Amino acid sequence: MAEPLVADHVLEYPGGYTRSVGPVIGRFLTSLRDGRIEGVRLADGRVLVPPTEYDPLTSNPVGDDWVAVGPRGVVQSWTWVERPRPGKHGLDRPFAFALIRPDGADTAMVHVVDAGSADVMSVGMRVMPRWRAARVGSITDIEAWVPLADGEEPQPAPANTAEVEGDTVNGIVVPIRLEYRRSAGVATTRYLLGLKEHKILGERAPSSQEVYAASRGTDPKTGEPTSIVVEVQDRGTITTFCVVNIPGLSPLAPEVPYVSAQILLDGANNTFFGLIRGVPVDDVRMGMRVQAVWADELVADHTSIKWWEPLDEPDASYDSYKGYL
Amino acid sequence: MAAERCAVVGVGQTRHRSARKDVSMAGLVREAAVEALEDAGMTWSDIDALVVGKAPDMFEGIAMPELYLADALGAVGKPMIRVHTAGSVGGSTAIVAAKLVEAGVHERVLTVAFEKQSESNATWGLSVPMPFAPPLVAGAGGYFAPLIRAYISRSGAPRHIGHLVAVKDRRAALRNPKAHLHLPDIDLKMVEESFLLWDPLRYLDTCPSSDGAMAMVLGSERVADASAGPVAWVHGMALRSEPTMFAGRDQINPQAGRDCAQDLYRQAGITDPRRDFDCAEVYVPFSWYEPMWLENLGFCELGEGWKLTEAGATGPDGDIPWNMSGGVLSSNPIGASGMVRFGEAAQQVRRRAGDYQVELKTGKALGHAYGGGSQFFSMWVVGSDKPQ
Amino acid sequence: MRDVAVISFAASAVERDDLQNEVEMLTPVIHEAVGNSGIERTEIGFTCSGSLDYMQGGPFAFVLGLDAVGAWPPIRESHVEADAAWALYEAWVAIQIGEVDSALVYGFGKSSSSDIYEVMSMQYDPYYMLPLWPSMIDVAALQARDYMESSGRTERDFAEVASRSLGNAKSTPYAISARDASVEELLGAPMVNDPLRAHDIFKPCDGAAAVVLAAGDLARSVCARPAWIRGIDHRIEPHALGVRDLSISVSTKDAAQRAGAGKDKIDVAELHAQFSSEELILRDAIGVNGNTRVNPSGGALAANPIMAAGLIRIGEVAKRITAGEADRGLAHATSGPCMQQNLVCVLEGE
Repeated sequence: MAEPLVADHVLEYPGGYTRSVGPVIGRFLTSLRDGRIEGVRLADGRVLVPPTEYDPLTSNPVGDDWVAVGPRGVVQSWTWVERPRPGKHGLDRPFAFALIRPDGADTAMVHVVDAGSADVMSVGMRVMPRWRAARVGSITDIEAWVPLADGEEPQPAPANTAEVEGDTVNGIVVPIRLEYRRSAGVATTRYLLGLKEHKILGERAPSSQEVYAASRGTDPKTGEPTSIVVEVQDRGTITTFCVVNIPGLSPLAPEVPYVSAQILLDGANNTFFGLIRGVPVDDVRMGMRVQAVWADELVADHTSIKWWEPLDEPDASYDSYKGYL
Repeated sequence: MAAERCAVVGVGQTRHRSARKDVSMAGLVREAAVEALEDAGMTWSDIDALVVGKAPDMFEGIAMPELYLADALGAVGKPMIRVHTAGSVGGSTAIVAAKLVEAGVHERVLTVAFEKQSESNATWGLSVPMPFAPPLVAGAGGYFAPLIRAYISRSGAPRHIGHLVAVKDRRAALRNPKAHLHLPDIDLKMVEESFLLWDPLRYLDTCPSSDGAMAMVLGSERVADASAGPVAWVHGMALRSEPTMFAGRDQINPQAGRDCAQDLYRQAGITDPRRDFDCAEVYVPFSWYEPMWLENLGFCELGEGWKLTEAGATGPDGDIPWNMSGGVLSSNPIGASGMVRFGEAAQQVRRRAGDYQVELKTGKALGHAYGGGSQFFSMWVVGSDKPQ
Repeated sequence: MRDVAVISFAASAVERDDLQNEVEMLTPVIHEAVGNSGIERTEIGFTCSGSLDYMQGGPFAFVLGLDAVGAWPPIRESHVEADAAWALYEAWVAIQIGEVDSALVYGFGKSSSSDIYEVMSMQYDPYYMLPLWPSMIDVAALQARDYMESSGRTERDFAEVASRSLGNAKSTPYAISARDASVEELLGAPMVNDPLRAHDIFKPCDGAAAVVLAAGDLARSVCARPAWIRGIDHRIEPHALGVRDLSISVSTKDAAQRAGAGKDKIDVAELHAQFSSEELILRDAIGVNGNTRVNPSGGALAANPIMAAGLIRIGEVAKRITAGEADRGLAHATSGPCMQQNLVCVLEGE
């Protein structure tokens, strides 16, 4: 078997997630934007930082008893990050993640300590926030916490240089980009390499003898692996279809209107989706016979079949494909 | 069959909107959960266990968000289970919760399903292009519209049947203040003139994208008997799945749906669903799925579903009303939509459905959900009376 | 409660499987578990799986998993977005009702598809934690130090856990980390995330696991020595790390008590410790003493196919009971940042 196909894949919602934050997170983020840290007092008297709309232990709603905390804080636990992740971490040099309890709070928050060296870090060490100049109402408005020497006074936040929208923060935008490397798998690799050779490969299910074009490696009815490779025809019958009038559904979509059809290939027992072209959309019919139009340059990818065009053949009878709807 | 009886003793849901910018994710689920608890006359500490459901985590950009929501939902110190079975998940989640009660493991279970689709975009979330997968050139409607065409062809249904459902369910939504879409001027002409997205599907034949949550408190027989308010007894529940694609698969009238309904009816003593149910809340995200599911669920013979729709049998004044709340066509927070069906069915048999309450004769209602490529099904029957 | 037993178990793991996709990786594992169960595929009453969409980087990982099962005629089936140990719990509940007598449970995932330590950050609170992107290792290290501070344990104690686990792993066919390594040798390695060294941290791998459950007489008829589930419970803690006492695992302790762990001796315990520090926290919570063999398989430090590794713990304990090597065992599975949620399953032979 040839080398398996692998490809890079990026999962990223364009522009980042738009998170509405509600009143409590919103107030906390607003105070960060103003260069302050606030907690909320719970029914049992503890001060919760960062605050949530509810007591995290009882889930009862928090009241409106807001308390200024910090800016001094104490490190409760820490770990050292030797290699910051570009695009994820705010600092480009080694730093600590720490659980920091701001003075006046009864709970700790996870944040970053810019200490220069792990040797500086210790449980119980005193820290203070280093504020960003441009603050937008985000947990990252504190760029990092920094060691606070005995007797040292924390620096107040500098005047905000960011353009501020509205009195309170109602939402945040969180970019998330995750990188993957995906394997096609044995069966799909076989199928895609077949396309490169101008062949549509199917695989025969061992017990039913049914042939699956573009098999995913098993007979879905039994879970048994399919490994008997057979070639199916690059022509077949439109079982059903729709006419797409929405532009821009996919980078691969042609100009609207176009037809997306389920096609039953000659020699196969399953249908798959294909675009129908070379015929006015109004003339496309269930039962119409079609032929694959191959790309000029064949590659191990679905795009090797560009679309399907009508064959000059009479339509298939409904009975011949009714079992595939 | 069940070891213990189970009943819905509290129901709560959010106002569904295209974007609930006024709340955090926790705020959204709490809105439904708190309402359900209040309805049940309970507080967080009364609850023994939680079952949370939602569709793909990419919608909100959090993996297993129930972990984050544990603090918000009174789950600390309790068991919590997360269910994900595609579009059927709201129903399956309720079933997993009810099983905890029927098995005698817990007496009071809070179940919550939600989706906050405005954090990203549902079209993106459902069709993230994956390497080596056949490209989804035509979107989600491109999957279902051909099946609708096949149904029309197979049944000989006139082309306006789907539009009748689109109008009926939107009119129903006008009586439901929590529904997302409120279109006071909706009529056949408006649907017929709406954009033809995926011929034969027009814009108003399709469901919206919503933020919303649904919650229910399920109780044991002891809890239900002690409940101050009306309860909805679970008379049966069933799950069925089949593969996405296989030789000879009937995609219009899937075997999994038929088997699921038969199993359910056997448990609940339903022999003629059209007669034995007072109403049904059925997952109809595209208008044509009403006649298709009428057949799949055995409310009529094969090929006859559209005739029931056309005759108005499924309307609020028909003999078997479907989707009195406005259905998925009026509110679609995907992960919650199935549970909304289950919960709305419960509200009917509790006589708690407000302006869209149907007349109760048998006191039984069907809740239904499906997902994937019409391959995952979850259903339950709830009734006003305790099962025998 | 009905008597329900694990009657069959299969697992696989490799460091990186470029050849097969998830379904192809899963198929032989399911076939082995079902094939060895003595129950026909079509006779299995319920199917439940665990997987995580973020591991493949796209929605509906579980849907294609069905291709490995053979879901025809249509099956009673459900899925948890969690480790398959929770799928096993759901299946156990379903069997309790009496409608079905058997269940197939499976979990799968490929950690090699991504930087899994970073991808698991997607579980965090999206407002306060995720924007800072601490990795799965970073938060485990915060917990490890907290534990050291409160317990007086040291990096040497962590290394002892790792040394024993890696040695035990030599007899586990699917282990991806297995070797003899002295504590001194391990302590000579540099810190990765102070106070954690490489040996304290699980290695990413691709894998799958499957278990078949059966009730009462059915279990006895197909299995010479079923591993009976005598207690199973799971509990969750607050999500916010700064609210919890990270040095203890109250949810594990609670679940273990409710599962009846302390009612009798425990011959063998499989603890889902993805970091060596976690094993110590879990031992404290469960109250494991010197008579219990802990992680004879090498545990998750030997192989941690995420979404299957918790189920594997149950399978490993069951395997030893069925083989007659143990009479009573405890399996543990964890989920969420810093072991937020924990499941304990107590199994016994007859």
